Amino acid sequence: MGAGHAHSLHHAGDSVVHRLPAHVKIVTAFVMVIAVVATPREAFWVFGVHLALLVAIWVVARLPVAAIAARSLIEAPFVVLAVLLPFLATGPRTEFLGLSLSVDGLLAGWNILVKGTLGVLISVTLGMTTPVRDLLAGLSRLRVPALVTTIATLMVRYLEVIAAEARRMRLARVARGHDPRFLWQIGPTIRGVGTLFLRSYERGERVHLAMLARGYTGSMPLLGEVVTSTRTWAVALVPAAAAVVVAGAGYL
Amino acid sequence: MPPSLQVEGLAFAYPDGHQALFGVDLRIERGERVALLGPNGAGKTTLVLHLNGVHRAGAGTVRVGDLEVSKPHLQEIRRRVGIVFQDPDDQLFMPTVADDVAFGPANFGVTEPELSLRVKQALDAVGTGDLADRSPMHLSGGQRRRVALATVLACDPEILVLDEPSSNLDPVARRELAEVLLGLGRTMLMVTHDLPYALQLCPRSVVIDEGVVVADGPTRELLADPAFLAEHRLELPYGFSV
Repeated sequence: MGAGHAHSLHHAGDSVVHRLPAHVKIVTAFVMVIAVVATPREAFWVFGVHLALLVAIWVVARLPVAAIAARSLIEAPFVVLAVLLPFLATGPRTEFLGLSLSVDGLLAGWNILVKGTLGVLISVTLGMTTPVRDLLAGLSRLRVPALVTTIATLMVRYLEVIAAEARRMRLARVARGHDPRFLWQIGPTIRGVGTLFLRSYERGERVHLAMLARGYTGSMPLLGEVVTSTRTWAVALVPAAAAVVVAGAGYL
Repeated sequence: MPPSLQVEGLAFAYPDGHQALFGVDLRIERGERVALLGPNGAGKTTLVLHLNGVHRAGAGTVRVGDLEVSKPHLQEIRRRVGIVFQDPDDQLFMPTVADDVAFGPANFGVTEPELSLRVKQALDAVGTGDLADRSPMHLSGGQRRRVALATVLACDPEILVLDEPSSNLDPVARRELAEVLLGLGRTMLMVTHDLPYALQLCPRSVVIDEGVVVADGPTRELLADPAFLAEHRLELPYGFSV
């Protein structure tokens, strides 16, 4: 069984950060990402402050660094691009350990690397302290169109169902001796993908029917409405405000 | 008091011209438990989808309690007819069990604190009160089936409609579900191929074949007639006799 895959990002805990309402955390994370992106790439110390802000949040939320690192591996493919840039870019060059590197490429690579990493770390922090269902509820509270949140809700739920179906279909192929080793043997797998699409489509129709039967009229009911105090907003937005201020300082 | 369900002269053809129902009559009194039997393709599912207005009758009428199934009261009809679909994965689509059970009543306008109470009562009624915060993905087949039942019970339906409730259940889960269903004391229409299950749960059975009702009577009498069963592609399991 694929138990728990969709929720593996979340790291259960009971800290102030965990307890903050999801929509407040989404706004904070969003503002922080904007601040990081807006920071000029030459203002190296500002990125240090951004990281320090994140570390402070991790300490308060008691998130283990190893778990954060493991969840940040998703960034790896983008790092490759950042590392290639100093070799490929044109313009004035500099020598480092006997290698000829482009100054502009170095800065561009650094820019991608540092902003990408900080962006991933902010998102991972949000994901680790907020269960998926709360994130979705938070998005609808922020007036994200119901269609988008409904699609996301269904995706979170059915990704595992469809993955399990794909595993069963693969098992059934393997059980009948299918053992693809070369590209030209991939045919049955491709046809399997087509079948999976049709099955998922049919399931979609059945799910919709079952939703209609329980009175669905096109909009999801908002469950568990909460009132957020000004104080909560003020506390949660402290890191975001700090990030904006230092990003601004980077231009001075 | 009007019957829970009254179907009169119901006929229906799909848009492609295939006629599925040819004048079905069915009356279910309040508190009755009725099995709907018949071979594949007999029109059972088509009939069920008429009960809550997913399909509109080509001819004839469907009444639930004192309301006729028609566009103006579709929402109230859907509250009154609680359908538990065959595959719980089709029915349970929310991130947690509690959210899923709340989905129906919330659509029908139930608000807090009543909503939480409904969720709790429905989950307790099927014996899954401890699963409220779990994801449906992490439940066993039997638990999923009972939670799917709870999502419908929370809407407080006039009549429960169960589509193949015993399919894919192991013997223990099958028995546990039967105990839950018998304990609910609700009006019930159960579509099934599982004839022993029909005998255990429903004193009365209706057999439908090729779009018409071919028999309506005590379940035990119908199942005791091998010639009749064979005529409509029904069969008791090996070693079973009534």
